[in-house]
Amino acid sequence: MSDRPIIRVQHVVKSFGKVTAVDDVSFDVQAGEIFAFLGPNGAGKTTTIKMLTTLLRPTSGSLELDGLDPATHQTEVRRRFGVVFQDPSLDSELTAWENMDIHGVLYHVPRQVRRERCEALLRMFELWERRDDLVKTFSGGMKRRLEIARGLLHTPKVLFLDEPTLGLDPQSRNQMWTHVRRLNQSERVTVFLTTHYMDEADRVADRIAVIDHGRIVATGSSAELKAQTGTDSLEAAFLALTGTTIRDESATAADQMRQVARVWRR
Amino acid sequence: MAVIVVLWLREVKKYLRSRVQIVASLGTPLMPGVIGMTVLFTAMFSGIAMLWDRQFGFLKETLVAPVPRLAIMIGRTLGGATVAVLQGTLIFFVTLIAGFRPVSIFAVPLAFLVIALIAVIFSALATAIGSGLKEMQGFQMVMNFLVLPIFFLSGAIYPLEGLPRVLAAFTRVDPLTYGVDGVRGLLTGRTHFGVPLDVVVLLSVGVLFVALGAWRFSKIEA
Repeated sequence: MSDRPIIRVQHVVKSFGKVTAVDDVSFDVQAGEIFAFLGPNGAGKTTTIKMLTTLLRPTSGSLELDGLDPATHQTEVRRRFGVVFQDPSLDSELTAWENMDIHGVLYHVPRQVRRERCEALLRMFELWERRDDLVKTFSGGMKRRLEIARGLLHTPKVLFLDEPTLGLDPQSRNQMWTHVRRLNQSERVTVFLTTHYMDEADRVADRIAVIDHGRIVATGSSAELKAQTGTDSLEAAFLALTGTTIRDESATAADQMRQVARVWRR
Repeated sequence: MAVIVVLWLREVKKYLRSRVQIVASLGTPLMPGVIGMTVLFTAMFSGIAMLWDRQFGFLKETLVAPVPRLAIMIGRTLGGATVAVLQGTLIFFVTLIAGFRPVSIFAVPLAFLVIALIAVIFSALATAIGSGLKEMQGFQMVMNFLVLPIFFLSGAIYPLEGLPRVLAAFTRVDPLTYGVDGVRGLLTGRTHFGVPLDVVVLLSVGVLFVALGAWRFSKIEA
């Protein structure tokens, strides 16, 4: 394994009009580690993930994933990562198997390998028995598990998880992290996750970057962050780093759509 | 190619599984104009549904996949168009049951080619519009200021003859006018522009709209 970090972000800025969502952010993620992006709502976590996953271009600065620039080498970069977005991206009118299979086609996984990987992953995430059921009949936790399984189908080098446990009960969250840890070990996949649950970052992540107002305020292991702030819990360290004031963000188009989605869902 | 096929198949499967959509289409009445209407509305709906799909659905998954956006756009558009043609077919059978008889049995496949062209044109247009919209509210505007005028100006319910000059001019820039006229010409033998002109216009507009849709779709950021 080389010493080159799998993800390298240097002096990245992303602004939308007058709003600067990400403001001069730099960090490295080493291959094989679980890296957590911890920050309050609107801190710039999702924007950073979108830039790394080729969905947004940075205003300035440079990003690298496995030595490639997501802005100029879109296709090569896309082959190298799997992603679970904050909002669901499954097709709920199709079955679990069909969702997996389409993903395999999109990522040019050969048919035979596709079958084997689909089965192995569905079994691992305990969804094999439900493979022929429509996704709309799944619970929130099952959908999330299916999304992670799908994201791993093409054996990516990096798995991005944007708030993967949002809206899940403690049991599902617990189970989810057990899976993620196991995957990180068995598949040697680098995991880049965002969360605002301290306990999760504390338990799962090898290294944590605390981000606030688009800037990284601290990086290190959970123990290092506690030592740095002289606190005894990550929660206290987090508040020491980001302050205790509540952030009022203005609602975006996506937020408005989420409101509508909430009404229409059971 | 496989990408286009799976995305196309996905649209069709979803349609076949949602029986409400199929039954509802049976409730609408007859005539070539109504076939045009059905195809227009179905195509526009399937395209605009992508707005929702982009935030809460499968579209986002395709946007980060290592395949050209063009393949995704074409797969989706053909899927949407196929569903629209299936809807049009159902209406056609209803009109047969209701007593409509096409002038020539050989003209029917040709009429369906015209219907397919209408479907592709409006699915592509919907993709072009859907790629730029950020909020669901924009959809009502599209319905009111685009889809309804396209329908009312197309000659689907009123004849194209004897219109005031301004209105006549509007009907001539409406692509659906040529679609409805083509279907009517082939099925009833009565046409305003002549079927060849209709087909030429539809093909040109089709190429233009698919290119426009593909270009707009390639520009989507998250």
